[in-house]
Amino acid sequence: MNHLDPARHVRGESQYLDDIPVQHGTLYAAVVESPVAHGQLLGLDVSAALQQPGVVRIITAQDIPGENQIGGIVPDEPLLAEGHVHFRGQPVALVLAESEHAAQAALPHVRLDIAPLPVTVDPRAAAAQGELIVPPRTFRLGDSGAAWAGCAHVFEGVAESGGQEHLYIETQGAYAFPTEMGGVRIVSSTQGPTAVQRHTARVLGVGMHQVEVDVTRLGGGFGGKEDQATPWGALAGLGALVTRRPVKLVLDRMADMRMTGKRHPYSSDFKIGLDENLKIVAYEATFFQNAGAAADLSPAVLERTLFHATNTYFIPNVTATAYSCRTNLPPNTAFRGFGGPQGMFVIESAIACAAERLGLSASEIQRRNLLREGDLLPYRQPTEGCHAEQAWDTAAALYNLPALRREVEEFNQAHKLVKKGLAVMPICFGISFTKTAMNQARALVHIYTDGSVGVSTGAVEMGQGVNTKMAQVAAQTLGISVSRVKVESTNTTRVANTSPSAASATADLNGKATELACRALRERLLRLAATELKLEYEGLHIENEQVLAAGKPAGSTWEKLVSAAYWQRISLSENAHYATPDLHFDAETNQGYPFAYHVYGTALTTVRVDCLRGTYEVEAVRIAHDFGQSLNPAIDRGQIEGGAVQGIGWMTLEELVYNEEGRLLSNSLNSYKIPDLYSAPKVLDVHFLDTPGHPRAIMRSKAVGEPPLMYGIGTYFALRDAVRAFRPDAPLPFSAPMTPEKVLLNLYPDAPTTPTAWTSPAQLNYVTTSVDS
Amino acid sequence: MLHFYLNNQLIQTDQPAGSTLLDYVRYHQHLTGTKIGCREGDCGACTVLVGELTPDAATVTYQSMTSCLTPLGNAHGKHVVTVEGINAARGALTPVQQAIVAEGGSQCGFCTVGFVMSLTGHALSSRPSTPESVRAAMDGNICRCTGYKSLERAAQHLQEQLTQRPATAPLPWLAAQGFVPSYFADMPGKLAALRDLAANGNGATPAPAPNGPEGGPGTRLQLLGGGTDVLVQRPEHVRAVPVELLYNQPALRGIRRTEAGLIMLGAATTAQQLLESEVMLAVLPALPRFLKLVSSTPIRQMGTVAGNFINASPIGDLTILFLALGAEIELEDAAGQRRSLPLAELYRGYKQLAKAPDEQVREIRFVAPTPTDVFNFEKVSKRTHLDIASVNTAAWLRIEDGMIQEARLSAGGVGPVPLLLRRTSEWLAGQPVSAETVQQALALAQQEISPISDVRGTEQYKRLLLRQLLTAHFNEVVNQ
Repeated sequence: MNHLDPARHVRGESQYLDDIPVQHGTLYAAVVESPVAHGQLLGLDVSAALQQPGVVRIITAQDIPGENQIGGIVPDEPLLAEGHVHFRGQPVALVLAESEHAAQAALPHVRLDIAPLPVTVDPRAAAAQGELIVPPRTFRLGDSGAAWAGCAHVFEGVAESGGQEHLYIETQGAYAFPTEMGGVRIVSSTQGPTAVQRHTARVLGVGMHQVEVDVTRLGGGFGGKEDQATPWGALAGLGALVTRRPVKLVLDRMADMRMTGKRHPYSSDFKIGLDENLKIVAYEATFFQNAGAAADLSPAVLERTLFHATNTYFIPNVTATAYSCRTNLPPNTAFRGFGGPQGMFVIESAIACAAERLGLSASEIQRRNLLREGDLLPYRQPTEGCHAEQAWDTAAALYNLPALRREVEEFNQAHKLVKKGLAVMPICFGISFTKTAMNQARALVHIYTDGSVGVSTGAVEMGQGVNTKMAQVAAQTLGISVSRVKVESTNTTRVANTSPSAASATADLNGKATELACRALRERLLRLAATELKLEYEGLHIENEQVLAAGKPAGSTWEKLVSAAYWQRISLSENAHYATPDLHFDAETNQGYPFAYHVYGTALTTVRVDCLRGTYEVEAVRIAHDFGQSLNPAIDRGQIEGGAVQGIGWMTLEELVYNEEGRLLSNSLNSYKIPDLYSAPKVLDVHFLDTPGHPRAIMRSKAVGEPPLMYGIGTYFALRDAVRAFRPDAPLPFSAPMTPEKVLLNLYPDAPTTPTAWTSPAQLNYVTTSVDS
Repeated sequence: MLHFYLNNQLIQTDQPAGSTLLDYVRYHQHLTGTKIGCREGDCGACTVLVGELTPDAATVTYQSMTSCLTPLGNAHGKHVVTVEGINAARGALTPVQQAIVAEGGSQCGFCTVGFVMSLTGHALSSRPSTPESVRAAMDGNICRCTGYKSLERAAQHLQEQLTQRPATAPLPWLAAQGFVPSYFADMPGKLAALRDLAANGNGATPAPAPNGPEGGPGTRLQLLGGGTDVLVQRPEHVRAVPVELLYNQPALRGIRRTEAGLIMLGAATTAQQLLESEVMLAVLPALPRFLKLVSSTPIRQMGTVAGNFINASPIGDLTILFLALGAEIELEDAAGQRRSLPLAELYRGYKQLAKAPDEQVREIRFVAPTPTDVFNFEKVSKRTHLDIASVNTAAWLRIEDGMIQEARLSAGGVGPVPLLLRRTSEWLAGQPVSAETVQQALALAQQEISPISDVRGTEQYKRLLLRQLLTAHFNEVVNQ
């Protein structure tokens, strides 16, 4: 079955935030932001801006009736700056005007008096100054310190991975309406409606029941709208409360890029020890996470880096320590993978480092150390239903890894200025919110008297197809056609206290809740059928909208049954709650059972580098992936393809550039490049591994959102392989993304870099045009 | 007053000619299928089709354009098509829409309509549909969700269907297949009526004429061509002032070759028109390969050659190409005085032009290279397609009997202006084609450039990259 939404998407009929018909009297908001990355806010003068045509009101921190605080994990983030500014783009005030043009035009007339303070953009420098968001965390298994002596080979190094702009094509936004009870109703483009509700209530000084948040769908999220949709929702809500008029706030692209946080850049140290059989004996890593100016989700992202510090490998002695470092960048935040990719990049760098120094292929080390059933991960959860070796071996056999390697070698021998590279990237990703309490969800299911069904959950549809999966779960559980099921908008008044749509767990959590609600309804209806048809309840089913007794039509249909239930005054609504069983984790000892299950897979990546120009193409990414029993192969394949290409983008083109003053230079789509049609791999094969799935996965269909992003890491190492084919002695630092610039500079490390170093046949005068000469 | 058709509806509007078609469609006509992604032509979420009546009034030719950068005035007399204008009745899907749904080519859906319009434009095109051309039709559309493979599969199905499309007068077939509604058949007649109405002066005034209300001797309105630079850089300004629209002026279009061997281009020639010009392809057979590296399909259909010159970006792709062709520009001031200027002499410093404010480019000309001349264009950017170069360069070399007779090398991204590497070019004349010559030229070129570190690369990288790309030119000499 296909994703249900696209039939509307392709006709342009799906409604996103900016498509909502504008209510009469709406004010348009524009955000006044800090022009410096760190400073003391001495004065804020809005008088001139208030005189601009169309300007109705300018809101500052002083106008906040409740608390000026939107920090989720740590209360360290004001909605509007007071006293100090901590990053460039930090909201300072909100202009409300009769039109978007008027609001934007007034921005330059707001005068900010800021005394600059020193700016830190480097996480290691921040750590050295003690600027940590939370105390450092260490995950420990065995005793790495004692293990080095027993290692045949020990290697150390540094690995750095860059940030990543989410680049959801729909920018952040919210549309708030005052309600008659003194609260607000907010339509928000958020992955976390409850976060918007909770923080807006706090800012407005009202109960959460006075703030309704509604989400129909997002034009992409990827983690960027998990916590960072909140400021815009709260600002719009504040504007609506203060003016008693609807307020619409939609960020333009460059404002969105300037003001919102991104994937965390990391700088990390690693040390790896192997025995003579290439078994990894010990691993130590120290991660310096660039958290930006406030906590946001950084502590949780940091934790997941540690959870995935050893990727798919069993290592008996591990010490992994992580520092969340406060810098003067916008607060960095969730992004597909949530710190996991950053952790995996480091262990893969360590393995590549060892392999290169030992003169081996990295896969020699990777394959020998894959997780097996019952192996302990560094947080002491054993693997259960481990498919690491199955994924690797299936990919290697199906795609003929030895032949691929041979082809690369032969090609490289035959070509001087073009080289190919190959890398294998196995993954293991834990599914659940690592904050155990968040692994709960509710579903509200109504059956209407005509037999149609409305399902409300906490899941937010952002392209991942969760609504289609919810509809499938409801339809399959009730035994009816999916066309009878409508998945409603995500609304805090229908389903309360939701976890954000994140951690790949949305379909599992909300799907399980939907399944429970539908089962309860089904049981209720079948008990009625048993009474009415004078049949045994056991053995009754609904299939294809027919009531069956022991598999045979029992003379009733879905519609009849529903109608009868109404007239018998039997409830046709059900609200169910699901909490993932068995989970626990102790954040003091860093041990426990945090994940419902793990997802496995392996990608083989081949690239081709133009060694004259330093440009490259990803020729093929061939994946074997553990979906379990996929509920929707079309949607799941799309998640793998899209995730892999997003990961390739992170590892290749997507380069965030901040200057020393904390100003984002890659601040628009013309200077920050995500993959286009031609930068996607020419071949992208996805093989569905034959795996049983997991009972904690919805209908044994495993979570699929985040894991594929990490296949992209293989592209980095394949490029490295190709560069080394041209330049075996290249002293390549482990530094992602591998932009064409890095490729070329590594291909020609000895190239002269200053004009004086170039030998010249004649002295020249610099001439620009003949007009001058 | 601007007059055009938006889908099946005649529009008469007083909205500013310099405002964007996107805002008009979304916020004045409430057609919200067209999305806002970046407002700088880099994502394609706002792609629409713009149909222009052929001179013989027989057909309408449709091109995809990013409506965020399309001046509303450029829609005058045209048929603008949004997704609402191709949707079939009662929720039925067009073959393009069907293919995308069937292949899972839409996830969050925000970019989807842009892809639908680009592929529909491809279906409406008179050029043959090939596996390459159908992919190229989507080269201006960015998707963050799908990784493009599903969209490629959809495009491939479509291309297979389009092999059945009649080579001439395909509209009845396309309408029968449901690609577009049947009202498309009426559009040539409707646009012809609009044109005739304008010609007869019966109510329909053309888009603001040259020398509008504020025009006078020595002054000129804000000039606006394809919009691809000005609407990125100064959208508020352009919306607020009267503009002189250039894109549709017949006098500024056309590519011809004179008997003396000069190639003449109207200033408002687009990159797409270069690509479709037999005159250009005859002298630069590799032009499609070069221009594939330049922006995207919709932007190539919008941006003008003169606009690229006057934007004065040190990295303008067409500027670099025409510098190596030795192009001259014909300038005309507000009083109608004309003069010609070598393109290489237009640039005085960063965004500083050797022209009076009221001087406008009317024409571009260059001496046609001979078939034995070597011409090459190289560009490297972070992303190979739809990106601004880190360094670009072009080379024209005339070689006889192993000796370089004449040379022109240009380089962008390595100084404050698009550079003609004069000294290196001059030095090359008279040198033998040899490895030593190349090495000396590479070293010389380094002394003519002054790159700075910026978001497109470090100084060190740009120096190295230019060396590599110049080497690539000489490799091309060997190949030819």
